[in-house]
Amino acid sequence: MKNEPITLSCPIPISDYKNVLLAHGGGGKLTKQLIETMFVSQFENEHLSPLHDGAIINTKGGRLAFTTDSYVVNPLFFPGGDIGKLAVHGTVNDLAMCGATPLYLSAAFIIEEGFPMEELWKIVCSMSDAAKEAGVTIITGDTKVVDRGKGDKLFITTSGIGEIRTEVNIHPARAKAGDVIILSGAIGMHGIAIMSVREGLEFSSPILSDTAPLNELVAEMLGVCSDIHVLRDPTRGGVATVLNEIASSAHVGVIIYEENIHVSQEVQGACELLGLDPLYIANEGKLIAIVPAEHSENILATMKQHPYGKDSVIIGEIVSEHPEMVVMRSKIGGNRIVDMLSGEQLPRIC
Amino acid sequence: MKFIDEYRNGDTAKQFAEAIAAITTRSWTIMEICGGQTHAIVKYGIEDLLPTQINLVHGPGCPVCVTPVEMIEKAIVIAERPEVIFTSFGDMLRVPGAEKDLLTVKARGGNVRIVYSPLDAVKIALQHPEKHVVFFAVGFETTAPANAMAVREAHRLGLNNFSILCSHVLVPPAIEAILSSPMNMVQGFLAAGHVCTIMGYEEYLPLAERYKVPIVVTGFEPVDILQGIYMTVKQLEEERCEVENQYARTVRREGNIVAQQLLAEIFQVSDRAWRGIGIIPKSGYSINPKYEQFDAEKRFQLNHITAAESESCIAGLVLQGIKKPHECSEFGKRCTPEHPLGAPMVSSEGACAAYYHYKRHQIATQ
Repeated sequence: MKNEPITLSCPIPISDYKNVLLAHGGGGKLTKQLIETMFVSQFENEHLSPLHDGAIINTKGGRLAFTTDSYVVNPLFFPGGDIGKLAVHGTVNDLAMCGATPLYLSAAFIIEEGFPMEELWKIVCSMSDAAKEAGVTIITGDTKVVDRGKGDKLFITTSGIGEIRTEVNIHPARAKAGDVIILSGAIGMHGIAIMSVREGLEFSSPILSDTAPLNELVAEMLGVCSDIHVLRDPTRGGVATVLNEIASSAHVGVIIYEENIHVSQEVQGACELLGLDPLYIANEGKLIAIVPAEHSENILATMKQHPYGKDSVIIGEIVSEHPEMVVMRSKIGGNRIVDMLSGEQLPRIC
Repeated sequence: MKFIDEYRNGDTAKQFAEAIAAITTRSWTIMEICGGQTHAIVKYGIEDLLPTQINLVHGPGCPVCVTPVEMIEKAIVIAERPEVIFTSFGDMLRVPGAEKDLLTVKARGGNVRIVYSPLDAVKIALQHPEKHVVFFAVGFETTAPANAMAVREAHRLGLNNFSILCSHVLVPPAIEAILSSPMNMVQGFLAAGHVCTIMGYEEYLPLAERYKVPIVVTGFEPVDILQGIYMTVKQLEEERCEVENQYARTVRREGNIVAQQLLAEIFQVSDRAWRGIGIIPKSGYSINPKYEQFDAEKRFQLNHITAAESESCIAGLVLQGIKKPHECSEFGKRCTPEHPLGAPMVSSEGACAAYYHYKRHQIATQ
C-alpha cells in the first residue's frame, strides 16, 4: 500500500489553471467551470443547484427569493450611472428575475484608504435614490476600510430579499419548445458606456448605461400572465450567454433572428470599431422573457406600455431541435451558432 | 449605419448568391486570405447560400494564428521580467506558448496590459519612465503602419524605455508559398481588402500571371464577400486570371503611399517563420537597424529562445487550406477555445475557432 499522507481537507477539484484568471470572472465558460467545480461541488444543495439569479426559499408564510451580488465596476462613475445605482438595480433585478417583489436590501462597502468622502457621498445618495425608485429599503450593512493599494477605490456588495406570489413559478429549466423569447429593448448600452469611458471614445451623442430597476415592469408582465416560464437579465456575458444558460438548463434549442435584435447606431459603431459582438455585451436594464406562445402578444403589448420596456420585441423561439445550442438566423439568411465566450469581452463592467 | 447596412442586406446577398449559382458550371476551390473574411463567412453563414460546387478554404491571414510559438515564448520571457510593462492586442494573450500563455503570466503578477493601439503603449511608456514598455507588434501589412508610427513617435519623443517585439508578416509571399506547394488545390483567391488599402494591389499582378490564378481584392461584409466570390468564379469560368478590385470603395491600385513610406523608413523586409508552415523567405518585416534601440528582441537578447510546435496540431495544413478545421482529430475534443492546442483555435479570426463557435451544429449533423 502506498504511504500517502492523510489530510483532512478536501482535495482541490481538478482545474486546468493553477491561478485564477480574470477570465474566470467574465461570465463565460471559465466562470461556469469555476462555479460548478469549486462552489457548487462544496455547497451543494437544492436551493443553489439551479444556478438561477437568486435562490427560492419556502417558508411558512410563503416563498422568498434571496440573492447577492458584488459590484467592482471601473470607473465608479460612468455615463448614465455609477456603482451605487448599479448595486441597487442589479440586486433588485436579480430578485425580479425570480418573479419576486423586492423588499429589503443589505449593502456592504469595502473602501480603500484615501477614497474621497465627496465621491462616497455621491454614491450613497445615488443608492438611496435608486432604492426609492425601486421601492426597496436598505435595512442592514457593513463597512470595511483597507490599506491604500489593497483595494481599488470602492467595492460594494448588496444582498436582497423579495416575496414571490404563490401562482408564480419562474425557473430557467421551464423553457419549453414552442415558447416565445421576448427582449425588452436595444442591447449593449451598459458595456459600451463603460468601455467608451475607459478607452476615451467619443460619440456625437454619448452612450448612456441602461441601468434601471425592472421590478415594476416584471410586476406588470406577471399581472397579465402569471405563467411566464423564464426571466433573466442579460448582464455580464450579454444576451448570448443568458440564452446559452437557458438552453443548457432546460435542455432545449434556441433560435433567434438577427434582424429582430435592436442595436443602436452608436453601440453598433463602437462594436465595429472595437471588434466586439453586441450579443455578448452587458446590459443592466434589459430582460429576456420566455413565455408561452399564446400569451406572448399580450405580454409584449404590456411591456411596450412601460418606459423600461417600450422597445420590447420578439427575438426568437424555443425549439426541440439542437438541444443546448443557440442558433442565430443571420440577416442574409445563413445560420450560425451563438456560443458562450470562454473568457471576458470586457473586464470589470459591473 | 451607412457603409455597413447596405453590405449586410439580405436581398442584395441573395441576388449575388443567385448570380453565382447561375454562372457556376463545375466545382471550384477558392481561398479567402484574411481571417476577418473567414470570420464573416462563418458568422453570416455565407456557405449556406453558395452552390455546393464552390469550396471555400480558409487562408493564413489571421495574424494571431501565424505567429510562431517561439515568438510567444519570447513574449512570455519578456513579460515575466519585473521591470517590464508588456502590452498587446487582446487575442495574443490567450495563445498557448510551450507551457503557458500571457494571461497566466498576468495572473501570476506580470504587468501585462491589453491596448487598442500601439500609440497607447507609447503613452504608457511616457507615463512610466521607471518601467520598460514593450508592445507585441504582430499582424499583416494592415497593422504595420500603426506599429511603425509608434516607433517613430517613440523616436521623436526620445523615449529610451519603449520597444516592440516585431513579428510582422506579409501576404504576397504567403500566397506564393501556397501556390508553389505541390499540395496546392486553390484555384482562385479573395485578397484581403484592408491589406490592399495600405499596399495597393500591384504586387499581386505577377502572382496572378505566373500561377494563372484570378485574385480579387475583397472586403469584409457578407455582400462584399459574395461579390468577391462572384467575380472570382466568373473569371474561372471564363478562363481569365486577372487581379480585380471588388473593394474599390477603399482600395486604390497604388495603395496608401504615405503609409508605405513610413513602413520603408521603420522596417525592412526579412525572412519570417510562420506557425505551422515554416520559414518563408522575405515574408515579413523586422526593424530597420537605424531604429534597433526599439527592437525588443535585440534589447532583451532573446536569440537563444526556441520552441517547437505542438505535434498533434495541424494548424499548418489548416492555414494552407489543405485541411478544414473539423478534419483535425483533436478538433472540439482536446482542442477547444478554452484549451487551444494551436493558435487558430484562439483568435476570433482563426479558422478553427470560427468553425468551433459558429459551425459545430452543422458539422455534428453532417
